[in-house]
Amino acid sequence: MENRGITFGYGFLSQESSFDVQFSLIEFDGSHSYFRAYLVGLLNTILVSVIGIIFATIIGIAVGIARLSKNYLIERTAAIYVEFFRNIPLLLQIFFWYFAALRALPLPQKAEPMFGVFFLTIKGFFVPAFIWNNLDIFIYSIIAAIISIIFVRIHARKKQETEGKQTPVLMISIGLLLILPLLSFIIGGASFTVEVPVLKQLSQSSFTYEGGIGLPPELIALALALSLYTATFIAECVRAGVQGVGKGQKEAAASIGLTPNQVLKLVVMPQALRIIIPPTTNQYLNLTKNSSLAAAIAYPDLVLVFAGTALMQTGRAIEIVSITMLTYLSLSITISIFMNWYNKKIAIKEK
Amino acid sequence: MFKYLKQLTSLVAMVAVLFTFTTETMAAKKSKTLKNTQKKGFVRCGVSQGLPGFSNADSAGNWTGVDVDVCRAVAAAVLGDANKVKFTPLSAKERFTALTSNEIDILSRNTTWTLSRDADIGLTFVGVNFYDGQGFMVRKNSGYTSVNDFKNGISACTNLGTTTELNMRDFFNSKGISYEPVTFEKADEVVAAYDAGRCDTYTTDKSGLAAQRIKLSSPDDHIVLPETISKEPLGPVVRQGDSVWEDIVRWSLNVMIEAEEYGVNSANADSMKTSDNPAVKRLVGAEGELGAALGLDNDWSLRIIKQVGNYGESYKRNIADTGILPDRGPNELWTKGGILYVPPAR
Repeated sequence: MENRGITFGYGFLSQESSFDVQFSLIEFDGSHSYFRAYLVGLLNTILVSVIGIIFATIIGIAVGIARLSKNYLIERTAAIYVEFFRNIPLLLQIFFWYFAALRALPLPQKAEPMFGVFFLTIKGFFVPAFIWNNLDIFIYSIIAAIISIIFVRIHARKKQETEGKQTPVLMISIGLLLILPLLSFIIGGASFTVEVPVLKQLSQSSFTYEGGIGLPPELIALALALSLYTATFIAECVRAGVQGVGKGQKEAAASIGLTPNQVLKLVVMPQALRIIIPPTTNQYLNLTKNSSLAAAIAYPDLVLVFAGTALMQTGRAIEIVSITMLTYLSLSITISIFMNWYNKKIAIKEK
Repeated sequence: MFKYLKQLTSLVAMVAVLFTFTTETMAAKKSKTLKNTQKKGFVRCGVSQGLPGFSNADSAGNWTGVDVDVCRAVAAAVLGDANKVKFTPLSAKERFTALTSNEIDILSRNTTWTLSRDADIGLTFVGVNFYDGQGFMVRKNSGYTSVNDFKNGISACTNLGTTTELNMRDFFNSKGISYEPVTFEKADEVVAAYDAGRCDTYTTDKSGLAAQRIKLSSPDDHIVLPETISKEPLGPVVRQGDSVWEDIVRWSLNVMIEAEEYGVNSANADSMKTSDNPAVKRLVGAEGELGAALGLDNDWSLRIIKQVGNYGESYKRNIADTGILPDRGPNELWTKGGILYVPPAR
């Protein structure tokens, strides 16, 4: 490296970055350091991964169960969806959703409001922002609600074990989640105002929205593509898991008088999860790593902001690529540690 | 007679030593890059992934453009054949790493010469083959006629990791305008996003705007605003540490520009050997030993002019006749009101 006149060092991280980023969760502009640019990219990567994982899981479970449906139409639709989306390269899908969205979405001035306050336009999805007073009290009330739900559940289980009576845990939980935050508004003094996005004219033909929160179309397209793609694999994991539970188990459970819901909840799912979790962990890891394709459509993730702009502005290829690799490694390891813990928790506890 | 023999031997020895020294320095002149290039039989040249007028491949894979011509000139000088070039298309992100890691020997890819690039990352800029500046393209029906019409909240599409991104921030900051930067890795995606209406303006070097405009769905609906917000001297780059190679690339470019200045072109180069002007005779290798100074033969510059042409021919062929920028602007010779001025080849 010395021969080629390349210097090595991480000192550049504290230098002023002098470029701006389109969308960030923390405050950022060019006067901040390259390290902060790294954080911006990392948080954006985590954001799209979390959104992707949540939606991929929901769609995946729904489609996986639909594939087991006895209804021919539902089963076929789910099968076609799975075969279609998992057999097209992800990068193409990302391009498709992004440019299809850009073509199909209306210009800001032509957008029809949804419920009067949401605006889906080519420049992004504009939603109202909440401006809070005494936000902390509201958060405490939610924490209190969650803690009391845990107590109720423990109590309900004890009651079932000692007296054999069942408690409507779900209804009580929902009630608690509604009542406690409501109290924080009435007694605690928490309140908020809603800031609705307003159309703003930039020139004779171009408009944008001001106020509220604007989610860039790049984020929406990327999250959509990632979750639709990964959901196909999760759906197959779910199907394999449920089919992997012996038929006799269901019949035995039904014969001792459990309702079909209870059969699913108490007998099938706990056993199916053991089969589902390990391959699903892989899919979560894949999704997180695939989010780096964001660079293709201008979503400012870690690869675009740090291994892209920052790399080119500083020319520090070795340092930046090594940091980026370590970061993805840590992200993946964190996800797998969590999933392994969960897997252990639901595994058969042999006594 | 016998007693002079000793002196004679020492004289012969001294001449021999001197001679080896001279051949030694001549060999040392042959730089590592030059030696490798001659051994391989082609010049390894890094170009863009497709920028009409600068470096663009046609359907048959033939590269053309003013940036491409710099590499062709070096091939003509070093190997005797302007076609012995291997082109490697590079993204903005890959370009410097490709050069420092020895994948290519010349980077001729509309690259802006800046202090930090020149000094910090193992590169050396050898000259300027196009004087450019950053500008803005907008839709005609937007009513924008100047950058002073820009308002808070404007979204700007551009390429990732170029000086463009930094200039854009400097510009909007100095105007106190908040803006949304939308940055893509490839120029084609920038064009597609701007075309779809994702951005209100598309900003990059003005030559780039002119070249990319033809790719839009209806080019006539867009205009480039008159203001230029930055200096973008574009030029070829080589690795640091091989000064002979650096000189070869620099003077290959300079010869093209000087040839235009003295009216030497691909058609009349041979007949110029008998010119009355010594400067012209030096250019076509009929006088002086300029090639030897670079470790080349004396016809190197003649080959450049005959096979590639002078700068004016290259500009006309690639940029003017293709309708990108018919007006040469600052890229006109200093004798004709431009700023193209190179040191004399002598």
